[in-house]
Amino acid sequence: MSRHTLSVLVEDKPGVLARVASLFSRRGFNIESLAVGPTEIPDVSRMTIVVSVESLPLEQVTKQLNKLINVLKIVELDEDSSVQRQILLVKVKTDLEARSQILEVVQLFRAKVVDVALDAVTIEATGNHDKLTALLRLLEPFGIKEIVQSGMVAVSRGGRSITDRSVRPVDRSA
Amino acid sequence: MSETTPEQLTGAQSLIRALEYADVDVVFGIPGGAILPAYDPLMDSTKVRHILVRHEQAGGHAAEGYAAATGRVGVCMATSGPGATNLVTPIADAHMDSVPLVAITGQVPSSAIGTDAFQEADIRGITMPITKHNFLVTDPAEIPRAIKEAFHLASTGRPGPVLVDISKDALQATSAFHWPDRIDLPGYHPVTRPHSKQVREAARLILESRRPVFYVGGGVIRANASPQLFRLAEMTGIPVVTTLMARGAFPDDHPLHLGMPGMHGTVSAVGGLQKSDLLITLGARFDDRVTGKLSSFAPDASIIHVDIDPAEISKNRVADVPIVGDVGEFMTELISVIAEDQAAGRFGDYEAWWATLSHWLETYPLGFDLPDDGSLSPQYVIQRLGQISGPESVYTAGVGQHQMWAAQFIRYAHPRTWLNSGGLGTMGYAVPAAMGAKVGLPDTTVWAVDGDGCFQMTNQELATCSINDIPIKVALINNSSLGMVRQWQTLFYNERYSQTDLHSHRFPDFVKLAEAYGCHGLQCDSPEQVDVTIEKALSLNDAPVVIDFVVHKDAMVWPMVAAGTSNDDIMVAREMAPSWDRED
Repeated sequence: MSRHTLSVLVEDKPGVLARVASLFSRRGFNIESLAVGPTEIPDVSRMTIVVSVESLPLEQVTKQLNKLINVLKIVELDEDSSVQRQILLVKVKTDLEARSQILEVVQLFRAKVVDVALDAVTIEATGNHDKLTALLRLLEPFGIKEIVQSGMVAVSRGGRSITDRSVRPVDRSA
Repeated sequence: MSETTPEQLTGAQSLIRALEYADVDVVFGIPGGAILPAYDPLMDSTKVRHILVRHEQAGGHAAEGYAAATGRVGVCMATSGPGATNLVTPIADAHMDSVPLVAITGQVPSSAIGTDAFQEADIRGITMPITKHNFLVTDPAEIPRAIKEAFHLASTGRPGPVLVDISKDALQATSAFHWPDRIDLPGYHPVTRPHSKQVREAARLILESRRPVFYVGGGVIRANASPQLFRLAEMTGIPVVTTLMARGAFPDDHPLHLGMPGMHGTVSAVGGLQKSDLLITLGARFDDRVTGKLSSFAPDASIIHVDIDPAEISKNRVADVPIVGDVGEFMTELISVIAEDQAAGRFGDYEAWWATLSHWLETYPLGFDLPDDGSLSPQYVIQRLGQISGPESVYTAGVGQHQMWAAQFIRYAHPRTWLNSGGLGTMGYAVPAAMGAKVGLPDTTVWAVDGDGCFQMTNQELATCSINDIPIKVALINNSSLGMVRQWQTLFYNERYSQTDLHSHRFPDFVKLAEAYGCHGLQCDSPEQVDVTIEKALSLNDAPVVIDFVVHKDAMVWPMVAAGTSNDDIMVAREMAPSWDRED
């Protein structure tokens, strides 16, 4: 199984998120992460969906997604040619002694502390999947009280936009 | 009705006007609270005939039967909540079998949506996975656009069901009626024109192959592409198999026809696919009932796969030549490429293949044994029905043994004369589908070949048929049991007949039931009476006819590829496997 990131342009219509999400579950795919937001085009939203799946079933689910009337375009973004980011908020147990060690980790990862209490700090970090996993691994020994994570967002590197005609969608036709 | 000065109409009036603009001539439905406003202007429409059914499920199947028989979009209507959920089965059925269907449902007022109001069900959510698309409309001004888009979606590309759910307040409120002059669906672009490079590649493989087969699915019927198929088969001499959904796409009496493939297919059709070196797949989808165990299906075959739906291609079996497009356009182009080849003296060599196929056709024809005790054989009844009523009649079927026998022993000659529930396998399809087909084709004889199990799921529609002058004919193959399930119990459960005896030789009295519904009720329980009973039924056209054929219950459907096994292991009869190699 390998991780794939799909950028899906959809019409901003009621029910479109439910259509996409239920299609994944119906065909037996687990969505690892999902983020939805507006785009530079009015009434068009963009979903970034991360799934772990082999490439043949991915092709099938992409074709099924394309059949949804409200789906406009699907592009797969590979990690090398795109920038992928998610945001992590993590609340870590601390005391006076541990705090400086935690701050050191925060600095190493170019993360930041967004809230401090006597017994805990809350850290905000942005990055790709690997970076955030590494950060969590280092924070683990201090005692993690709470984690909240956004879905992944991703954009291709270079000057072209997903809304350009020249950007080839996947599997519009077989 | 002028476009420049739009009329102010209620949502309900807009809906009926929109249906008129969409050229709807018949709607099958039942009114109820939320859809009630729509039924008032419907009463005044001179173009749209409403047929009041007795159960919404039957309304949906009737719309399917109408659509499958005529090629037009079938329309059904129901109220919110239970009315709408009763449509779920026919909608799912239409989704599996690519039937163009528009279902219109009333919804509780928009202010009440989400409050668990009386007769509220989230029918848009419920039908998301079983519709091609669906709409929830809460603004009366949006109704015409939704209807126009629904008909466009249902009938173009790969056809399918579209549901339009309209809140009661939208039906009651007033807005300016405007029939949109264009469709605005930026995410919907079905590809109809096949890639010409791929067509040439297909022609090349066909020329080089030695054991090609046209594997023909229901898509050929939906695409009205039978004439092209006929031409293509005749000019190439390549054998044809027609799946359960494609029966009638190619004439059964044609020497190139190997019959139906699949779980209950002929030895020559199953063997033809299995031993082929090239499957030219036309509007078919490698369904498990056709392929048997997928990993051992047609192991030596290259695959040309033509379908209007890209998602079908390489879904179950990877295609070597994938072709997205209209199957009729594809065949038209292929015919011209092959014609050029043939003009240049290049012909395919399928002589050795035909020697093998002819041997199978001769050795393993479809057949059945007559019962020793003189009781009625269901296969004989169905075979005689097909012979006497002929290939110009339309035949619908329920699901089970009688369905398979009707697919095997009626000889079809035309597309859209065999209507059944192939993908979903919906018991109870036959009677309402026959009703819908008869409404669409009033001058055609329409037979519902039904089982006693299926018949008892939807026979209330005989009332609808009697009252609305829809004289369908029902050939009830009454073996007093859930025959196909019983067959599996015979073969795989040591003849332990758990819950398959319906006792329908005792209850109900089908002749009385038919008469109670205003139909002619006939009964036949001996081979000598079969012809005269069928002829009697054909002569009665003033009301629906039901023939209770009391048949013996031990008949089984053969040949059979047991579920999950390989097509190589097809059994011609119990414990009888064909021998694939020639022994001469």
